[in-house]
Amino acid sequence: MVDLNYLSIDAAHDMLVSGKVTAEDLVKYHLDKIKKLNPKVRSVITIDEKSAIDKAKAVDTKISEGKQIGLLEGIPYTAKEMFMAKGTKTTAASKILEDFIAPYSATAIRKLDEAGAILIAKVNQDEFAHGGSTENSAYHPTHNPWDLERVPGGSSGGSAAAVAADMGIFSLGTDTGGSIRQPAAFCGVTGFKPSYGAVSRYGVISMASSFDCIGPISRSAKDTEIVFDAISGLDPRDSTSVDYKFDKPKEQLKAIYYEVGNEVDSLINNQNFKHLEVAATKPIKELGVTEESLAAYYILVPSEISSNLERYDGVRYGARTQNSSNLNETYTKTRGEFFGPEVKRRNLLGAYTLSAGYYDAYYKKAMQLRTIIKNRVNEVLDKYDVILVPTTIEPAFKIGSKADPVEMYKTDVLTVFANLAGVPSISIPFGFDESSGLPLGLQIIGKQGDDKKILEIAKTIQDATDYHKKVGEIKL
Amino acid sequence: MSKISISDIEKVANLARIEISQDRLDSICLEFNSILEFVDTIENADTGGIMPTSQVTGINGVSREDKVIKSQVTPEDLLALAPETQDGYIKVRKVL
Repeated sequence: MVDLNYLSIDAAHDMLVSGKVTAEDLVKYHLDKIKKLNPKVRSVITIDEKSAIDKAKAVDTKISEGKQIGLLEGIPYTAKEMFMAKGTKTTAASKILEDFIAPYSATAIRKLDEAGAILIAKVNQDEFAHGGSTENSAYHPTHNPWDLERVPGGSSGGSAAAVAADMGIFSLGTDTGGSIRQPAAFCGVTGFKPSYGAVSRYGVISMASSFDCIGPISRSAKDTEIVFDAISGLDPRDSTSVDYKFDKPKEQLKAIYYEVGNEVDSLINNQNFKHLEVAATKPIKELGVTEESLAAYYILVPSEISSNLERYDGVRYGARTQNSSNLNETYTKTRGEFFGPEVKRRNLLGAYTLSAGYYDAYYKKAMQLRTIIKNRVNEVLDKYDVILVPTTIEPAFKIGSKADPVEMYKTDVLTVFANLAGVPSISIPFGFDESSGLPLGLQIIGKQGDDKKILEIAKTIQDATDYHKKVGEIKL
Repeated sequence: MSKISISDIEKVANLARIEISQDRLDSICLEFNSILEFVDTIENADTGGIMPTSQVTGINGVSREDKVIKSQVTPEDLLALAPETQDGYIKVRKVL
């Protein structure tokens, strides 16, 4: 039996083309991994075995007929429950969408379908992506493959855990304030939040529309780029999507690194990553946006949430209360019965910050602060090609250890500013926490539209290091 | 900013159309105040004369050719998602 452990996309592709493995066996290998590991990791919400195997057989027929196949053809992947894939259950990990079957596919899923990638399972997340640990899922928490007592991060925790546990070669996640990068860092995998608008949001359940980004979680920057190339681009169905003309990076690049006081700091100092020179190192305080970003974020995002989630009213789709005697009660009782605690909290907060008398003090002021943060980030990026900063201050925390909502919000402190500014950021595994041995992440942040530049840098760093090749062993 | 009370929470819950059970009001009020205390740090930011940012791409008023694009879904597909329908309409409880 050939070794199919932790395959990269191009390695899997080569094996398919050379006949070392069939697409059917490749899919079955990953489905078996789910069967074996998911009872411990609990990443998967629904699995679509028959359809995945049928699609794999079609790829095998194509190969046996001597036809060429694309790089993603026959590659098994998973997607966060936020993504509609026609005919699949799409719950957003909420009870309000427990029986919701997607009537059409998200653009990102459709593009991957067209490229021949095979969706094998839909994976867990915080309910409506509200959270940083996947503990807010209305179904069950997900466990970190490196240490099952710890969270995988969130909100795309199911995606990061699936990739880390080899349940699929890559996954699709969403990132509103760090929800791709933070779980990627916690699970020792690579997570990419592209420039705002680079990937269409069509068919992906909305959280906060001016922040939401879609991107891959995978085991390398190289795989990330392959998936990004397949899913990005202007989409007439998303009027906020952007036709970025990605520039090739110039030869010699300069970075500034911001220290946060964890082990990543000691691995950076004046290091030269081949074409990337770390020209300056400063304490994170000097970036001057992190604390401000959290406050602005936790005003603006709940505001957008409270408006986006108005649609879950028990009328057109989703669950409806059995206990209402008039239409208003249908709304209030449906939302009261089927929304989880954090979703309620954010809807209430948003309704408050947008309500008469508080709009100027909260919402407008936070939008002004967003301008300041965006300008500040761009000022730094005028001087340096990229900002380097750890993805999180601490590694993955214990399940149940952050019961206080504010403590949970603070875990986003190093990631939210990229969403406020709309700039791209990739988190790559970079070093380990000394006391726990758990993985840490490093973000590479560029200007809006610099997606290819930061992917190139990430690839160069991964060529020279092997942090991304380390995997967590799951104790069965 | 001022602390908010249980009656404020009830008012906001009504605006958000979310029924909150009486036994949860106290804890929600506590959490709400702790979150507000956390975000109230924006009071210190000097935002005088700064234009607000509501979106980050600068793209406004996207239009397309006025041409019919066939939808991927039929009205029947969408009606099938509704909790209750009758004669091709979505059925709801009485309004008043």
